[in-house]
Amino acid sequence: MQNFSITKFILSLVVFCSLSTFAKGDNESKGAVDSKSEIDAYIDHHLQDSYYFNFWSDGETGEHVGFPLPIILIDDGLKVFSSSKFHHGETVAEVDGNYYKIYHGKIYKTDAEGTISLDEDNHPTNSKPLDLSITKNVTTMLLTSVLLLLMFGSLAKNYKNSQLPKGFGRVLEPLVIYVRDDIAIPNIGEKKYRKFMGFLLTVFFFIWILNLLGMTPLGVNVTGNIAVTACLALFTYLITQFSANKDYWKHIFWMPGVPVPMKIILIPIELLGTLTKPFALMIRLFANITAGHVVIMSLIALIFVGKNVYADTSISLALALFISVIELLVAFLQAYIFTMLSALFIGLAVEEHDHAHDEELETNEII
Amino acid sequence: MEIPVLVGAGLIVIGAGMGLGKIGGSAMEAIARQPEASGKIQTAMIIIAALLEGLAFAALILGKA
Repeated sequence: MQNFSITKFILSLVVFCSLSTFAKGDNESKGAVDSKSEIDAYIDHHLQDSYYFNFWSDGETGEHVGFPLPIILIDDGLKVFSSSKFHHGETVAEVDGNYYKIYHGKIYKTDAEGTISLDEDNHPTNSKPLDLSITKNVTTMLLTSVLLLLMFGSLAKNYKNSQLPKGFGRVLEPLVIYVRDDIAIPNIGEKKYRKFMGFLLTVFFFIWILNLLGMTPLGVNVTGNIAVTACLALFTYLITQFSANKDYWKHIFWMPGVPVPMKIILIPIELLGTLTKPFALMIRLFANITAGHVVIMSLIALIFVGKNVYADTSISLALALFISVIELLVAFLQAYIFTMLSALFIGLAVEEHDHAHDEELETNEII
Repeated sequence: MEIPVLVGAGLIVIGAGMGLGKIGGSAMEAIARQPEASGKIQTAMIIIAALLEGLAFAALILGKA
């Protein structure tokens, strides 16, 4: 019954989001992309974070549809202004007598003309103010957080009155139970899982919703940003290290049951092992989502590469729909795997070891 | 992208494909042998596939950088 409702929910999402694929193809055809370099630039631009929430752009008139986002700089005090001052990176923004310009997606301090001086390696030598702007990615993450608060706040409130959730809570409850029964309990253990449920549920729904938002025509790419996934992986790393018990550290710094020279060799290897786990989490999520976005956009770009527009469009849309459906599965799978591996790492750190077993090994070593 | 990078990317994908094929094939056999354990086998299969995938992606990204 539980699996059945999840399947139903996923199916309805598939139907909903496959509709948006066509809308996406429609938006992008307005860009009148006609060369391969333009397609490359378009895909690169999509993968990057930006200071302007762009829905689509008209290539012929140069008109952008979207809204500007606030820019927050720390540079001799706090500077807050709207990104519309940059006019999509084309002009220099003047704030309290200071001039700023966007160069390759980063804000630099310049003179009134916006001169960017480059060194031999084509890196700008202009000073860079500390940038705390609310960018497109930050906006999307804030939106997701609000969405999560609303969804789960109402679900939690519901349980005060009755045992049965109402409305959208009926979709959420099986998912929460799924995370608890299939991810947390088998990996962390019946006794200790409760403490980590908050983190696991948050990470699961946060990643899943962000992945799904990436499939909508909003054109956001948050989990395909390595800084975001690095931060999520950092949380897993810190929670694992700080909840680890004595046995965990003992197995890192003085592995029982092996000869002393081996114990010393194992210390750096085990220490490195603690770091590679979150590193793999970071790379996996980032690369999967980036790869998915690049594939979908490349397939849509097929329309502009070939000669026969009608044949290319039909092939492109069919392939894009196919990959989009796979990406919906990947969106869920990556959220699941991130949560699952986080739970696994936490479980390894809090696991109670069988001490009799260790002692037996120690005795064997002496013999 | 230069040709060596592309060849390397191809090799990575071949390796990852062989690995995934082996995992998937073994999981299928195991499920056919013991259908009642399919849930556990699937979980283990997905974890191993994810670890393999992480390795392949790390190689691809290091190749591009």
